[in-house]
This record gives sequence, C-alpha cells and structure tokens, in this order.
Amino acid sequence: METTFAQTWLQFQSHGGFPLLTLLCALPTLFALVALMVPGEHGAVHKAISLGGSLLTLLVGVLVYQQFNLSSQTMQLADDFAWIPGIGARWTLAIDGLSLPLVLLTVCLTPIVFIGAWSAIDKRWKEFAIAMLILETGMLGSLLAVDMLVFYVFWEIMLIPMYLIIGIWGGRDRIYATVKFFLYTMFGSLLMLVAILYLYGKAGGSFSLLRLTQLHLSTPEQSWLFAAFALAFLIKVPVFPFHTWLPDAHTEAPTPGSVVLAGVMLKLGTYGLLRFAIPLFPAAMGKFSPLLLILAVIGIVFGALMAYMQTDVKRLVAYSSVSHLGFVMLGIVIFNEEALQGALLQGLNHGISTGALFLLVGFVYERRHTREISEFGGIAKRMPVYAAFFVFITMSSIALPLTNGFVGEFLIFGGSFKEGVHAAFVPPGGGMPWRTLVLGGTAVATLGIVLGAVYMLSMVRRVFFGPITKPENEGLADLTFRERALMSAFAVFVIWIGVMPGPFLKMSEATVHAMVAPSRPAILQVRAPIDYQRELKQAEAQAAR
Amino acid sequence: MTAFSFSPSALLPIIVLLPLLGGILNGLFGKRFSRQTVYAIGSTTVLASFLLSVMVFQGLRGAMVTDPNAAFRFEAYHWIVAGNYSFDFAFLADQLSAVMLRVVTGVGFLVHLSTTSYMDDDPGIARYFAYLNLFVFSMLMLVLGKNLAMLFIGWEGVGACSYLLIGFWFKDMDKAEAGQKAFVVNRIGDIGFVVAIFLLLAYAGGSVDFDSLRAHFSDSARAIDHAPTITLICLLLFVGACGKSAQIPLYVWLPDAMAGPTPVSALIHAATMVTAGVYMIARMNFLFALSPHAMTVVMMVGALTAIFAASIGLVQNDIKKVLAYSTVSQLGFMVIAVGAGAFAAGIFHLFTHAFFKACLFLGAGAVIHGLHHEQDIRKMGGLKKKMPLVNATFLISCIAIAGLPPLAGFFSKDAILAETVALKPDAEKLAAYYEGGFKRQAFAEAGAAGGEAADMAKVAAAEQGIKKHYIESVEHLGIWRKVAFALGLCAALMTAFYMFRLYFLTFTGEYRGDHHTWDHAHDAPWPMGSALAILAALSVVGGWVGMPFAHGHYNFFYHWLEPVLARGKELVEGELAPSVEYGLMGLSVLVASIGVFIAWQLYGRGVSEVPARIATTFRPVYNALLNKYYVDEFYHAVVITPLRAVSRALFQVVDRVLVDLAMVRGPGYALVGLSHLGRLAQTGEVQAYLIGTVVGVAALAWYLI
Repeated sequence: METTFAQTWLQFQSHGGFPLLTLLCALPTLFALVALMVPGEHGAVHKAISLGGSLLTLLVGVLVYQQFNLSSQTMQLADDFAWIPGIGARWTLAIDGLSLPLVLLTVCLTPIVFIGAWSAIDKRWKEFAIAMLILETGMLGSLLAVDMLVFYVFWEIMLIPMYLIIGIWGGRDRIYATVKFFLYTMFGSLLMLVAILYLYGKAGGSFSLLRLTQLHLSTPEQSWLFAAFALAFLIKVPVFPFHTWLPDAHTEAPTPGSVVLAGVMLKLGTYGLLRFAIPLFPAAMGKFSPLLLILAVIGIVFGALMAYMQTDVKRLVAYSSVSHLGFVMLGIVIFNEEALQGALLQGLNHGISTGALFLLVGFVYERRHTREISEFGGIAKRMPVYAAFFVFITMSSIALPLTNGFVGEFLIFGGSFKEGVHAAFVPPGGGMPWRTLVLGGTAVATLGIVLGAVYMLSMVRRVFFGPITKPENEGLADLTFRERALMSAFAVFVIWIGVMPGPFLKMSEATVHAMVAPSRPAILQVRAPIDYQRELKQAEAQAAR
Repeated sequence: MTAFSFSPSALLPIIVLLPLLGGILNGLFGKRFSRQTVYAIGSTTVLASFLLSVMVFQGLRGAMVTDPNAAFRFEAYHWIVAGNYSFDFAFLADQLSAVMLRVVTGVGFLVHLSTTSYMDDDPGIARYFAYLNLFVFSMLMLVLGKNLAMLFIGWEGVGACSYLLIGFWFKDMDKAEAGQKAFVVNRIGDIGFVVAIFLLLAYAGGSVDFDSLRAHFSDSARAIDHAPTITLICLLLFVGACGKSAQIPLYVWLPDAMAGPTPVSALIHAATMVTAGVYMIARMNFLFALSPHAMTVVMMVGALTAIFAASIGLVQNDIKKVLAYSTVSQLGFMVIAVGAGAFAAGIFHLFTHAFFKACLFLGAGAVIHGLHHEQDIRKMGGLKKKMPLVNATFLISCIAIAGLPPLAGFFSKDAILAETVALKPDAEKLAAYYEGGFKRQAFAEAGAAGGEAADMAKVAAAEQGIKKHYIESVEHLGIWRKVAFALGLCAALMTAFYMFRLYFLTFTGEYRGDHHTWDHAHDAPWPMGSALAILAALSVVGGWVGMPFAHGHYNFFYHWLEPVLARGKELVEGELAPSVEYGLMGLSVLVASIGVFIAWQLYGRGVSEVPARIATTFRPVYNALLNKYYVDEFYHAVVITPLRAVSRALFQVVDRVLVDLAMVRGPGYALVGLSHLGRLAQTGEVQAYLIGTVVGVAALAWYLI
C-alpha cells in the first residue's frame, strides 16, 4: 500500500585512496595524545599544541572542501573498512552537503575557541586542551559517520569531554549543571541505542545506514523506532519541552564550552534528524509532523519569552538558542527544498552569531566576574568597540537583512508559507488540515521576529546604554587586539553569508535536492495524502516534458 | 542624451555604494580623522550620489524619447537561490525610483551639510556621520531595489539606522528607549510586510521581482484570481506601510523619534524612512488597484491618521513635537491619496513635503541650536529679529504646508483632496479580472446546492449573481471617499492653524525666555543657512511641476510617473469637471486661510488670553490632546504589561515547575528516593538476609507448585 522510496543519496563509493576523512576525524585526538605526553607545567606549550592541532585540522577541513564535489547527489570521499568483523560493523565515514557545512563550522570554531580560551581558562590548560580536542574528534566523527555503530560511538564520545569541561572549568553550580546535562543526554541516547540494536537485528547483522533504510518496517515499528531516535535528537537540539538542561549547561559552562555547545553540538540534534531519523522512518516523520511543528512553534515563541525574562546575559542567550533552533526545526518539519536549505543555513548562522555572543559575554565576564544585566549599564561609553561588536552581532541574531540570520529565516518562512499555501484545504479523514496547521503555526512563529528584537535590544539597552550606574564599570578596559581579531572573524562571516550566501547555499544544494526526492513523497503520503497525489502528478508532468 | 558614453544602469550600484563607503570609512576610521575630514567624507559621498542621480534622471528622460516605458536595470548577481525561490541582487531605476532618488540624495545631502553646523561640538561626530550615511544607503536600497526582497533590505535597514540615530545620545536612557521603540514598532509592521512577500512568493511562482509581479497581476490566469486573497495580501503589505509611514496604530514610534539630533528628524521625516510606506504602495499599485476593499481601508486609515495627528498637533508646546505630529498627519494625506487610487498625487505630496518638512526641521534645529537646546515654544518668541534667515525660510515652509497657493503644498494637497472624490474603481474591469475565481465559486456553490455538475445554466446564473454582488460591493465603497475627503479637509484646516500657531509663537511677538539665552541667540551659520535657502526655494517652486493646468491639461509630474502607475490608473478612473475642480481648489484655499486667520487672531497679535480660556473651558478635550489621547499609556497597559506578566508566569510556572521540576528533575528525585528505600534493605545483617532468602525460596516454591 505504501510505496517505498530508495534513499539513493545515502549511497557511497569507497574511493580507496588516502583516507582523508579518517585523518580529519583522528587528527585532533592525535594532538590530544601529544598534549597528554608533554609534561603539564607549561601552559604555553599546551596552548601551542592545541592551537596548532586545531589549525592543522582546519587545514585538512579546507582540503576536504576542495575535494568535495558540489554537484554530486550522493555521499562522497567515503572511507569504508572492515572494523569489527565479528559483529559486521564497518568503519564508514563519508561526507555530503548535509554534513559539510557543519564539518567546516567545527574545524573553524575549534581554533577560535582555543584563542578565546587563552585567558578564559585559567587552570589545567593541559587537561582542557585534551578534552577539547577529543570533543572535536567526537563531533567530526558524528558528522561523518554513515554507519550506525560508528555514529553511536562518536555520539557518546562527545558527551564525556563536555561533561568534564562544564564540571571542571564551569561556574558556581557546575556540578548540578553537568550532571543534568549528562544524564539527560544519556537517557535520550540509550533509547536510541535500543532502536539501533533492533534495526541491527532486523537487518540481519548490519549497521550500515543505507542497508537499514531498505528495511521494510510496519507502521507501528516505524513509529516506535522514530520516537526513540527523535527523542535523542530532540533533547540535543533542544526542542521544547526537552530544553531545560540547556540554560543550566550554558550558564555554568566556561566560555569555550558554551561556544562549542551552541555552535556545533546543538546542531547535531537537527543533523541527526535529517541524516538518520527521517530517511530511516519517513512515514513516521509524516505521522509526527503535526506534533513536531507545534513543538517547533512553541519553542520559537516560548524561548523568546523566556529569554525576555532572564536577568543573566548568558542565560538569555541560552534561551534565545531555544527560539532560534525552533526556526531550524520548523524548516526541517516542513521539508521542502526552500525551508530545508534555510534550516541548514540557519544552523550555521546560529553557530556563528550565538558563538560570537557567548564569546562576547565571556569577554566582559573576565573583566567583571558577573553576567547579571543589572550589574552593568552605560558601558558603551567605556567599551565602545565592544559595544559596536555586540550591537552588530545582535543585528545578526535578530536577522537584519544583509546579515547571515536574515537569509536563513527568510528561506525557512518562505518555504513554510509555500507549503501552507499549496496544501489542500480538506483534511484527510477529519482533523485539522495540514494547511491550517502550517499557515497558523508559521503565522504564530513570525511573532518570534518581533520578540527577538524585543529581548535582544532590551538587554543591549540595559547593558550598554544610559548612564554608568556602578563605579566598578568606570574602569572597564575595551577589547584587546586578540579579542578584536576574534570578533572580526565572526563579523566577516556575518556579512559574507548575508550579502553573498551563494557559496554557502551551494554546499548543501545538491544533497538537499537528492534528499527531498525520496523522503518528501514518503512523508507526504502520511501527513497530507492529497498533496502527495498533486505533487506526484506535477512530477510526472515535469518528467513528461 | 549624447552625454553618456555608457549606460546609466551602471551608475545605479555606484549611487548606492558611495554612501555605504562613506559610512564604512567614517565608522571604522573616523576616530582618527579630523572633524573636517569626517564632514567631507560624509557629505561628498551623498553629494556625488545626488549628482549621479541627476544623471540617471536625465538619462531616463533621454531614453523615454524612444521608449516611453524605458527604465534602467542592473543585475549584480543571484543573491539567494534555493529550490524554486530566487532573489537577485538587482537595481531598478524607473520613473518612480528616479524621483525618489533625487529626493533622497538631494534632501539627504542638504541634511548632511547642515549637520556640520548643528553638531559642531559633539565628540561622536564620526559615528554620527557613519550612521547618517548608512541611513542614506539603506534608503537608496529601498528605492532602487528591483524586487521586494531588495526593497526589504532597505526597509529594515532604515529601521536599524533609525534605531542607531535616535539613540545616538545613548547616555540618556530615554533616547535609547526611543530608538528601541522605533525599531520594535517598525518590526511589528515588518511582520505584515514579510508575510505578504511570502504569500506573493508562494502564489506568483517564486519571484517577487517588480517586473514579473506586474506581469503576473495583469493576467488573472497567471496569478491569483481570488479577490479575498489579494485583499489579504494588500492589507498585510499595508501593515508594513503603517509601521514605516507612521499610520494608526503604529505611528507611536515617530513622535518619540524626536529624541535624536534634529537634523536626523529632518532626514527621517522628510526624505527617507517615513516615505517608504507610501512609496511601496505606489510601487505595488498594480496589486492594490485590484482590491478596492483593501484600498478603502488604506484610505480611511490615512484619513483618520491625518485628522488624529493634526488634532494632537494643535496643543503641543515642544517645537519638534508639533512638527512630528504634523509629519504623521501629512503622511496621512499621502496614504489617503494612495488609498484613493491617486498614486501620482500621493508621490507628488511626498515630493513637495520632503522640501518643506526638511526646511521646517532644519529651521527648528537652527532655533534649538541658537537657543542652547531650548525646545519649548512657550519660552520663545520674537526670534524674527535674531534669526532673519531662519524666520523667512520657516515662514515660507509654513505657507507651503498650510496649502496656500502658489507654494508647493497647495498643489499636492489639493490634488489629493480633489482626486479622492473624483476617482472610482472600475468595477467592470475588476470583475473581468476575477472571472475565473467567480466561476470556481459558482461551481462550488452549485455543487453544494445539490445541482448536477453538467447543469451549466445553474452555474452561469450563480456566477452572474456572484459577479453582481461583487460589483455592488465595490460601488458601495464610494461613500467612504466622501468621508475621507471631509476628514482630510478638517485636517487641512488644523494644519494651517497649528503651523501658524507654531510660527507666531516662535518668531513673532515678545521673547519669553531668559535674557542670557536671548543675548547669545544667533542666526543659522552658512552651511545650514544655505540648506535652508535651497529648501525654501524648492518649497516655493517644487509644486509647479505638478501644476494641473500648466500646459493645458498636461501635468508634467503625472505624465512622468505614467509608465509605473499605468496599471493602477487603468483600474481606478475618473475625472472632475473643471468647474468642480476650481471649486474644490477654492475650498482648499478658503480652509487654509481660515486656519491661518484663527492662528493669527489667537497668537499673532501679541499675548492673548483666549487660548488659555478655551483650554479651561474644554479641559478634558484639551488634556486628551495634550497627552496625545493617552495612546502610549494604552499600549503600555494593553500590550507591554501583559506581555511581561505572561512571560513571567510562563517562566515561573511552565518552565521552572511544570517542565523542569515535574518532568526532568522530578523523576530524578524519585529515583534517588527509591534508592534510599532500597538502601534500607541493605542492613548488612546476615540473619536478615537469611530470613529473606528463606521467605523468597518458599514463595517461589509455592508459586511453582
């Protein structure tokens, strides 16, 4: 009754040459080993090792980008080796337009994080460097794996260094925050492990993602497995109501931890949905679409209102992430090319603008050892350059045109309205029609555009404008050269993506096209059968021409 | 035009980029520049843009000799491409953009010039010029954008720049708040605008290029033939226009925007930003003209805004506040015009208003600067003697805005009022456009009534009924034109009154402030003086380009805009008999004269007790006007306070308790509690374990057997 669609975009061809992706993934850990062997007294040595290692990884990342074929509609640069033959596990890494932007973000952000940590981390630099480098391997591995077991291993590897980074270098309530973070994420991923093992059994002993997408699963099976996968990813994103670990983790984490957490780790949640949950269980995605849409919209508005209520700048930025990731989720749930491209770009944008915001908050925290909004006021007078960068990044965060944030939001909303306008009026077998749900939900989501401006500008005003009320703020020094250089790097990307998003959209264009082709009909079949028939006819007409 | 060896199209990006360049230079390196360098960079970039704009304008005139619909286009690159959606980074200079270009860069340059004397002792001058240049850049993006997405760049850009400029003196929290208010209120309008863009994208095939949209909406088969949908899109666009062009209910940011330096007000309120909404509606005339219902809403909101703001202006005592409400009111007139289908008249009023309002604001700036930042007109008076140049230019602008002939404001305001009653939508043509939609509706209705699908006669009858109903509903809208006309006439009366009240109180009679200030009062220095003189001259002659009988029936301004507004004109038609036109003209003059006369009676002949007596007699009315009808207080009570309360409640109840405690930490605590229970069993006493084992084995045995 249900037609199945082959997920050909997940196919790959082992190239047999130099295992570039494996190198990319292993390089940070190699440097972590070097750091481990060098005695720990010299902070400077470890700074050099970690920065050097991350820069070398960045170089390999650039090499990967060079080798990457932008028009290919399948996975590329695959390394495929037998790994644990006894259980049929293979070491399979490959890359496509879904992972490439995030891989590049990761390799770019890590050196930035090390530079940002220069003075923010004031103890145990050696251990910090090791943790951060292993974390980079974990993130890259999760992004590159196309074998469920490899993915799961890396997914769990990420947890431990982040657990330590928050727990050792964090703020006052770091233990509470890090335990919460660890248990919450662990809980989600254990269910996913069960689901993976179930699939492994069904497939007769294979963890290959491509192989698993070819399984024939009954509808209840799909639903249960999807739920298990989705829960792990939704917690990571985080989607309302699974978000409460985030403000705690962000607030207590040291600046470098927050940057990585917001920059890359949250996006692994949305990435996981796209890479695994949706292609494995498209029909279930169709079934859960209304629920996910509602949660995404709630996240947008609720996150914004919560951000408005915060008195701690970092907590405010953390809640703003809930709102921003809500936009990304909206794009994913809609699942047409426009919205998906917007969602992918918005993931990147969030990494840039929120990463920059966390660094900025860190700068002033190092000077004043507080992040309470009420402790500031009028500091634009003392720190004009800092204020200029902060306002600039704020504009990116609230999606002013010609900054990066605009392009992503514009495409997500554009795609959502397209979906709603063309959806059928009549609901299949009663209930709320998909059309009403999409148009209504998206209309509510547009409130996020205003609320974003409200909470960000209110915070900026209370921190930077007005008279200086606290004598402690009179002596604040403006940004140093290192800090300015860091922020300028972010500013360049904000403007670049805003003015010329072409190269960034191009990275994922072919993959998105190839990914939508099989998955969208499968989703539509369940969530909007009339639209499925219509799009089928359109596709046939196009093919006939 | 043989003067060009290259196409003027190539000038368009240069016009836009020059102010951006100036803004970047002053913004990044301004602190190291001398004051003169900052002035020079800031002003010359805009002057250069102005000169290039004149070249574009002349080039367009030349090109129109061979092709009446000529326009210059410059496509830089594909900006955003995803799926079916595609937006180019592209510029369009047609007749409408060319007019706007000259106004924006011309008035913009004069404002830059006069700023050099207004801000002569401000340490943040480089930052200020950077913002000012970015503002002009955004406005140029807005008027030169070739599609709605490009227009939206400028649209939000001016909002962001106004945020920076209004809050320029950020050490004062009120000013920072005013800046934020401008941004947020504009953002509310922007939501309507972007949603309209998304709907247009979805319906019109993934492009919001003006050329392709116009083609789409000239042919119902290609775009939307469902009248309510078009009305909805128009209304959403208008929400955006309400934000930018300060219409009810989103006008509240504009009076507060007076917190910025006065030349900024001249820029925001005369040539840029506030004109954006009117410009956008005129640009989208081909769409708005398709929905007489939406147009009527537009017209009535404009009329209400015009009279509402004018009435507040009657009693304000801050020189800038009077001008601010006058701006809101004049924008109301422009919105009446575009809502009535008099698109050309609306742009014409925008054009003349730019001159006299910029002149008024710069004059007010000169007064405030001359009196050491005094803004209360009750503490002014007699400044005629100290500031002859400012006095003369201010007076000219007052006459112009009051609408007395032959100054600029007369022609444009009269055109608006006359065309409001003269025009009417062509219901037959509209019905023809919507034919497909009517047919579908008829099918649906006939089907629902149980008739057979093949019963074409029934369907045809139903279609006729729907069509007739539509035409009638369009014709019933006519009454609103008369209401709008009456409101506009009242607002015109008030305008003449409050502007001359302002003039008399400021410049004539006896000085009412302290003498130290009076001794130091001075006329405008040359940069500002020359700007004032040029603007005053334009306030006199600016209206002549649109003189209705200048060359028989030939109106240069209208004729010039014809290619852009053709579709709108085709759908909204009507003409007045010359006798009626003359009559209306006389009525306008009469009304304006009455306003001026009352102002002279009350304020022009020395100290009078009458205004105070009137104020006491009508105390509640006076207080309501003085306090701006308590609208800000109303919004505070109805929007801001509830938003905070709801957010707080959601945070404390939903986020902290329901989600975090009950869903996340609760199970954790429960687990800890359970393990405590479990620990009770782990006593370490072997006897207890033994008893447990025996009981267990017995139970198992009993169960198994």
